[in-house]
Amino acid sequence: MSIAFESVDFVYQAHTPFENLSLRNINLTIPDGSYTAIIGHTGSGKSTLIQHVNGLLRPTKGLVNVDGQIINANTKNKQLVSLRQHVGIVFQFPESQLFAETVVDDVKFGPLNFGVSDTEATNRAKDALQKVKLPEEFWQKSPFELSGGQMRRVAIAGVLATNPKILILDEPTAGLDPQGRFEMMELFNELHHKEQLTILLVTHQMDDVANYADNVIVMDGGQIVKNGAPVEVFRDTKWLIKHQLGLPKAANFAIKLADRGVKFDKMPLDISGLVHQIVNVKDRRPSHE
Amino acid sequence: MNNIIDVKNLTYKYANSGDKKALDNVSLSIEKGSWTSIVGHNGSGKSTLARSIDGLMSYNEGVINVDGIILSDDTVWDIRKKIGMIFQNPDNQFVGATVEDDVAFGLENLGIETDKMHKIVNNVLKKVRMEDFKERQPDQLSGGQKQRVAIAGVLASKPEIIILDEATSMLDPQGRYEIINLINEIHQENDITVISITHDVSEAMLSDHVIVLNDGKIVESGAPKKVFNDDEMLKLTGLEKPFNAHLFDALVEQGIHPPVELRMDENDLEEWLCQLLLKA
Repeated sequence: MSIAFESVDFVYQAHTPFENLSLRNINLTIPDGSYTAIIGHTGSGKSTLIQHVNGLLRPTKGLVNVDGQIINANTKNKQLVSLRQHVGIVFQFPESQLFAETVVDDVKFGPLNFGVSDTEATNRAKDALQKVKLPEEFWQKSPFELSGGQMRRVAIAGVLATNPKILILDEPTAGLDPQGRFEMMELFNELHHKEQLTILLVTHQMDDVANYADNVIVMDGGQIVKNGAPVEVFRDTKWLIKHQLGLPKAANFAIKLADRGVKFDKMPLDISGLVHQIVNVKDRRPSHE
Repeated sequence: MNNIIDVKNLTYKYANSGDKKALDNVSLSIEKGSWTSIVGHNGSGKSTLARSIDGLMSYNEGVINVDGIILSDDTVWDIRKKIGMIFQNPDNQFVGATVEDDVAFGLENLGIETDKMHKIVNNVLKKVRMEDFKERQPDQLSGGQKQRVAIAGVLASKPEIIILDEATSMLDPQGRYEIINLINEIHQENDITVISITHDVSEAMLSDHVIVLNDGKIVESGAPKKVFNDDEMLKLTGLEKPFNAHLFDALVEQGIHPPVELRMDENDLEEWLCQLLLKA
């Protein structure tokens, strides 16, 4: 499913003394089946932006078009039911929203809410738990007996069980250990490829942006300040540093060498790219023989 | 050596967890004034260890000695006075209506008089570079700023030891950078002992000492350059290989061979590569 924002403004707490314009003139097209990363420092408007995709927040001005369904200031919740079945959001620290007595009960809550039969919801729950690779021995346990990483998997399964076409992930790996982080990112990548899910990933991990996304949106002060492929966005290193965004580690290292006079053909985003560039420069050097 | 913390044969089992021990016969010593990183995967026992030291959990077996006092029901409050804890979620530990109130909260509880309190609050806010934010409310602060306020609150009570339990894991890159710098400063200026539970390899590389926990046991302990050079152990415990080691290995694979000691030293590897690539 494709997503389009047309001249979207969002005013937070409108008509109160705390009124605050938190999205400003957002124009954006996200193609069906793409993997888009959204970056920007805390408070830049990333979370506000993604909550517009399933109508949790509605534009104060302008409109959002999700696969033909229009969301504007006048859209009613009732009109959003079918859309919400197709747009799954995994919020930050989703494990804090677990509540049911068993893992399976928790995961099937979503589909049940969308009117699916109990048997079908249970099947979907089991399917989703398999997708997130939570071993079967845990399915009948209380979610609160699980480790933090396992709880996060359960929460993500709960979103997958509603069969979304668009999966929105708000810093899904925050607080996980390196192994857990890697497995989680691989899982999303697999879902993206196998099930053609459109993915929107809000993240601070520039290495994940470089490794997984085909498109990057940079937000600052409620506006989109850059939008393009990772290579394009990470090319402007001085600008990124000025916006407190950081770079993939390999790019950071390359800049240190470049600042000392090493001439690379292009900015590497990962280690193999960096080593490739180093080998090139080395081979270009005039030989002493 | 002057140890501020000595833990001997500490064992902890959560109720209903069968035979599985969250901490299994853990012994360790922490030198006064040092910066120690505790690393290991989720569920390896890191937080249980930190909370046991602060007397927040009563362990099943073992002895904990903090600054010469053996932890018991009678001494737990004396020990807590020596320790300041910073937790993961900046929103869960902000209790005041404003930055200033939040820092003063702990002091009020200790019954410090108002004039003195103001002085201390101003002082510690300056130290964490938040003095211009005194009257701000928590919702006007970034995660990194909130964590700085939490650190100021801890510093106000002049602890001997600061324990950070994944204090940077919810922050953006800028916030993380600010907090790590601050920890480094505090630890160097004030001779405070810092214990940081972390998943951030680049943070752990800056500390004096690294302890690796796996399934409730200490599997390795030593200088970061030694600990993170042990690929086998990193793999076994699910820890991240430092970027520099990745780069070093990839270079070797392509036939470029820097001296082995540079595998754990990013600055020196950078220097070596500059020499290689820039000499005419």
